[in-house]
Amino acid sequence: MLELTETWYLVLASLIFTIGAVGLLVRRNPLVMFMCVELMLNATTLTFVTFSKALNDVGGQASVFFVLVVAAAEVVVGLGIIVAILRRQDNADADDLSLMRG
Amino acid sequence: MELIWLIPAFPVVGFVVLVLFGRLLGKPAAGWFASAMVAGSFATTLVVFLDLLSTQSAQRVFEQKLYTWMPAGSFTATFGLMADPLSIMMCLFVTGIATLIHIYSIGYMRDDENFSKFFIYLNLFVASMLLLVLGNNLLLTFLGWEGVGLCSFLLIGFWHTDLANSSAAKKAFVANRIGDFGFMVGIFLVWVTVGSINYADIRAYAPNLAAGTATAMALLFFLGATGKSAQLPLYTWLPDAMAGPTPVSALMHAATMVTAGVYLMVRLNPILHEAGWANDVIAWVGVATALVAATIAVAQNDIKKVLAYSTVSQLGYMFLAVGTHNYVAAMFHMVTHAFFKALLFLGSGSVIVGMAHEQDMRRYGNLRKYMPITAGTFIIGWLAIAGVPPLSGFWSKDEILAGAFNAGPAGPVLWLLGLITALLTAFYMTRQVIMTFYGDEKWREDAHAEAHAGADEAAEAGDEATGAPVATAVAAVDHAHDDHHGLTPDHEPVESPWTMTFPLVVLAGFSIVAGVLNLPFSDKLERLGNWLHPVIIGEHHMPNAPVLFGLASGAITTSIVGILIGYAVYEKRKADPSKIELSVLARGWFIDESYSKFMGGPGRAFYQGVADFDSKIVDGVVNGVGKGSLGIGRLIRPAQSGIIRTYALGFGVGAVLLLVFVVTRMSL
Repeated sequence: MLELTETWYLVLASLIFTIGAVGLLVRRNPLVMFMCVELMLNATTLTFVTFSKALNDVGGQASVFFVLVVAAAEVVVGLGIIVAILRRQDNADADDLSLMRG
Repeated sequence: MELIWLIPAFPVVGFVVLVLFGRLLGKPAAGWFASAMVAGSFATTLVVFLDLLSTQSAQRVFEQKLYTWMPAGSFTATFGLMADPLSIMMCLFVTGIATLIHIYSIGYMRDDENFSKFFIYLNLFVASMLLLVLGNNLLLTFLGWEGVGLCSFLLIGFWHTDLANSSAAKKAFVANRIGDFGFMVGIFLVWVTVGSINYADIRAYAPNLAAGTATAMALLFFLGATGKSAQLPLYTWLPDAMAGPTPVSALMHAATMVTAGVYLMVRLNPILHEAGWANDVIAWVGVATALVAATIAVAQNDIKKVLAYSTVSQLGYMFLAVGTHNYVAAMFHMVTHAFFKALLFLGSGSVIVGMAHEQDMRRYGNLRKYMPITAGTFIIGWLAIAGVPPLSGFWSKDEILAGAFNAGPAGPVLWLLGLITALLTAFYMTRQVIMTFYGDEKWREDAHAEAHAGADEAAEAGDEATGAPVATAVAAVDHAHDDHHGLTPDHEPVESPWTMTFPLVVLAGFSIVAGVLNLPFSDKLERLGNWLHPVIIGEHHMPNAPVLFGLASGAITTSIVGILIGYAVYEKRKADPSKIELSVLARGWFIDESYSKFMGGPGRAFYQGVADFDSKIVDGVVNGVGKGSLGIGRLIRPAQSGIIRTYALGFGVGAVLLLVFVVTRMSL
């Protein structure tokens, strides 16, 4: 029987992280990009939990709570901004939003 | 004696109330209110004075610390007032004369649209002057000193729509600033050496001062005094200051403010006592100023200019007295001079109002017929300043001259120069009285063309001097033009209202009797000397009785000779006045003009250089930093593309690089 070691978890986390990172770079829809960021965050969280279990250290799981709280707050702000953007302009993509160009 | 804080508080209240409600009070209530405030201050001073009189001579010092003004490390300046014989004596005549002049101003300014503004400034002036006098430390005196300077500036330029007036105000401010520089450095020096700026501490420390330090201090404070009290070489602002309303000339530029320099010197007599040759400098500058200003006064035609130069000259006497350690005489002359000079100025103001604002004495004459009270009081002032006994001017002037005679080997020379000044004083005052109140009624002649010629002359004089005063001269011509159209040949002069003549009569009374303050006949009669005794360090020895008597008779003879010469020249026409009124004198020995030339020529080039250094080098560095930052910003601007995915790529690459870095480090 295949044993479910930490390696599996870490491989899964890095896969998810890669999907998120690549998605962030190639997609233009702000909402999708946002979801990619979430994926990356969750991949990191998974890594924390894995190491926490492996090293028998509760600190990693405590960090996860922090990440969750921050992520929740960030989602609220981020979604708010995205809704505002899409209200102003339908089908806006991330490259259109270059108001802050120097 | 606890009431002394009320002395400056009254005019401060007057100032604040008039600032807020002056327009509301209107004419003449604002003036009466201001007068009442100053009168209240005078009454308080009287109470404090009587209180002081009833204490033992040696204990006549009372300090009242109101609060700590500036605590800064080891340096503290308290806001404290000091009542001692010197300060209360100053307060008495400052508030007394100020009250009279406030009342006079109600009459004089009755047609002015800025009536209440005038009294705001006047009350602020009185408050500053009282602070100057009552302050128990140098810094508080300096505060008052600057306050009176500010009021002087505001009041000289009171009719500031006229360019000549506002440039006269600026001139006064700048000349005073040069003196203030000396005063400030003097304060620093006192702080560094004595460790305190309180007068009491300075007095206690003074005997320990090194001679060199004391000399430096004395000279620095004297520089301050030459600015405020119009001595050589900074006197040139005072004659121009006559552009202000006449009550201002009387109050500030004759009776009180300009004596602040003398007050400061007397206040610091413990330092002067140690100052060695600085005293000789003061005495010589004083006597030189007295003589130079008297010669200039001989050839002036503006009724107020004569009195202005006369004031400079009389202040010179006071510094002569200070320089010969004769402080009592300096204070004595300050008081008598305040009475008769305020009287003369107010009298001239009355004449100017009566003559439709014409100030040229060549167009006066026979005014005693039309203005009997003004003429009578003016004549008393004339006899007092000329030094005719038993009027007050004789006693004080004689005391200065006798003291100078006894001052070391150079004494007789100082005395002689002082005596020549006295002769000139008697002469030019006689000239003024005869031109104004006697002789023909010259404004009835067709003096139109003549006066225009005079104005053109003035314009030329301005032209020759430098570029700068031309505008002033031109403005003055315009002014003269407007004014003497007011004075037509059919003009009928009238006596001024009682608010103006009442102060004249009171001042005339004081000008006659003020001599009793300090009569030389016995120790007991030297009241002022005994009163000031606790304040003054060191003894001053007058010549013994026979010499004193000889000097006094010399002084009397000189006055009478001066008056007789004036009478012979201007009434009997025994000599041609133009032989005496040389143009070099009329133009003040060209002193003012050479200042203008110097400042307009090499001085201006120097200041231009400094200005260029500032605008090119100093500003250049500052602007260069700004321009550099802007350029760098422009260079790296494209990095901010605004495209989020580019940033994300940046993050990614950066993270990978960091990872590589960390991993390689760890493997090492």
